[in-house]
Amino acid sequence: MAVDPHLPVREVLLPGDARGRLLRLDLPISFWGGVDPVTGCISDPRHPQFGCCVSDRILAMERVVGSSSGSSVMMELLAIGKAPAGLILAEVDAILTLGVVVAREMGYGSIPVFLVSSETLGSLPTEILMTEGGEILAKS
Amino acid sequence: MQMATRILFDMGRILGADRLIPVASAHIDGCLYHGDSGVDFAELLVRGGGRVCVPTTLNVGGIDLLRPEYPAHQRDMALRLMKAYIALGCNQTWTCAPYQDGYRPQTGEDVAWAESNAVVFANSVLGAHTNRYGDFLDICAALTGRAPHYGLHVPENRKATVLIRTDGISERLKRQSVLYPVLGAWLGRAVGSSIAAIQGLPSDTPEEYLKALGASAASAGAVGLFHVIGVTPEAHTMEEAFAGIAPAVTLEFGSDEVRSTRDSLSNTDGDTMNLIALGSPHYSLQEIDRFEELRADRELKLPVYICLSRLVWAILDARGQTAQMEASGVRFVTDTCVVVTPILPQPPGVLMTDSGKFAHYTPGNTSYGVRFGSTSECVETAVLGRVVCDNGAWQ
Repeated sequence: MAVDPHLPVREVLLPGDARGRLLRLDLPISFWGGVDPVTGCISDPRHPQFGCCVSDRILAMERVVGSSSGSSVMMELLAIGKAPAGLILAEVDAILTLGVVVAREMGYGSIPVFLVSSETLGSLPTEILMTEGGEILAKS
Repeated sequence: MQMATRILFDMGRILGADRLIPVASAHIDGCLYHGDSGVDFAELLVRGGGRVCVPTTLNVGGIDLLRPEYPAHQRDMALRLMKAYIALGCNQTWTCAPYQDGYRPQTGEDVAWAESNAVVFANSVLGAHTNRYGDFLDICAALTGRAPHYGLHVPENRKATVLIRTDGISERLKRQSVLYPVLGAWLGRAVGSSIAAIQGLPSDTPEEYLKALGASAASAGAVGLFHVIGVTPEAHTMEEAFAGIAPAVTLEFGSDEVRSTRDSLSNTDGDTMNLIALGSPHYSLQEIDRFEELRADRELKLPVYICLSRLVWAILDARGQTAQMEASGVRFVTDTCVVVTPILPQPPGVLMTDSGKFAHYTPGNTSYGVRFGSTSECVETAVLGRVVCDNGAWQ
């Protein structure tokens, strides 16, 4: 494990530790209407990654689109243990991050949310460690 | 209350807000059931003695309170969730289009609205200031009367950076409602969360068209505000829309974009058609009048589900229209809509809609196939009981 100098974190929106396999979305998604709140799997048949599950993955996406109910779906996934392990975004988001903040208040746990550049988002490695110190580490 | 304030402060810090500001109203999306956690949250607020301190409207809930149908556990929990928000003092509007029920913020007023279409309408068409707030922040803002000061609350952040040209679209098509969900879906995909100003639309473009544009843009993308030059309140001129700065990007929405986006809103082109779904966002009285004009007293061979607020339904009922429409084959859905709760017949078939938002969410939420068409195509399809396409409508 070594800090990859090409993986700079712009901002830690929510701190935390996480480890998991990368799931980078080819298209942005609305968590409501796009991710099943019971299974954690992508439920929009028109999404290129239809059927993939976000649970326990390091979920990377450019931005969060669509419904404001994405917060509810994110909190529900945390409550039932089907949430992603961590979230990496290229644009500040007031919806999924909010779901995590409220879940933490409710005692359902929390996941780290980091902000990176679009370039970094595109060059994330397959196996990722997000650290409490705000670093993204890769298996070299 | 402490929890609500803490959530607001946490989100304010995350979003880069310098302070909390007062809001004049809130629109709550958290009243729609997605799982038991949301019920626990709302009931915790109720047990804490929470009461909203600004006028607060409620989005669609998980059940049609007038016609409940839902599996038992979900029905009970959806009902508990709706009751919790009533106990917090919210108005029982149960609509995604509160702006059609008389809840219309003033131009320049700070509000905290959730529900992506209501947000984009409040910002773009009414000129109020709100961010795309998610579920839970909406009620925290309503309980405290405060919202984080960032993003679209800040006037300088409301200027357009992207110019959309529409020179390649005929004046005739620009006056058809069917263009607007298509323009919205294209806009959402093309600009993401950037603020666009659209040039070349008629100065008398009706509010319903802008509503359809915004709802479609907010479901396909992360659009919280758009301007239409010469139409919307913050874009009387190019100069005003862009604050005198040249557009960073100029994009062309022409006939190729119309065709490809229109096609992308459907995921089936077969002859099967089971029903029609209208009213996302909830149909206005004007849209229902237009539907009735197109139906022209004809019987419907396919059921037409019309989603609308209970207030608009009551006006229609007072006019003596509901019984007669129901007898012809219309099924009214109030308080909720067909893509947020399992109302449609099983097993899933294929539906036709004039809504870009329904077209976007139908496959994932209902497992129905979807075909997008004009309101007129929807009505003719329902009357004849087979798919009717009018390619001439797109010239």
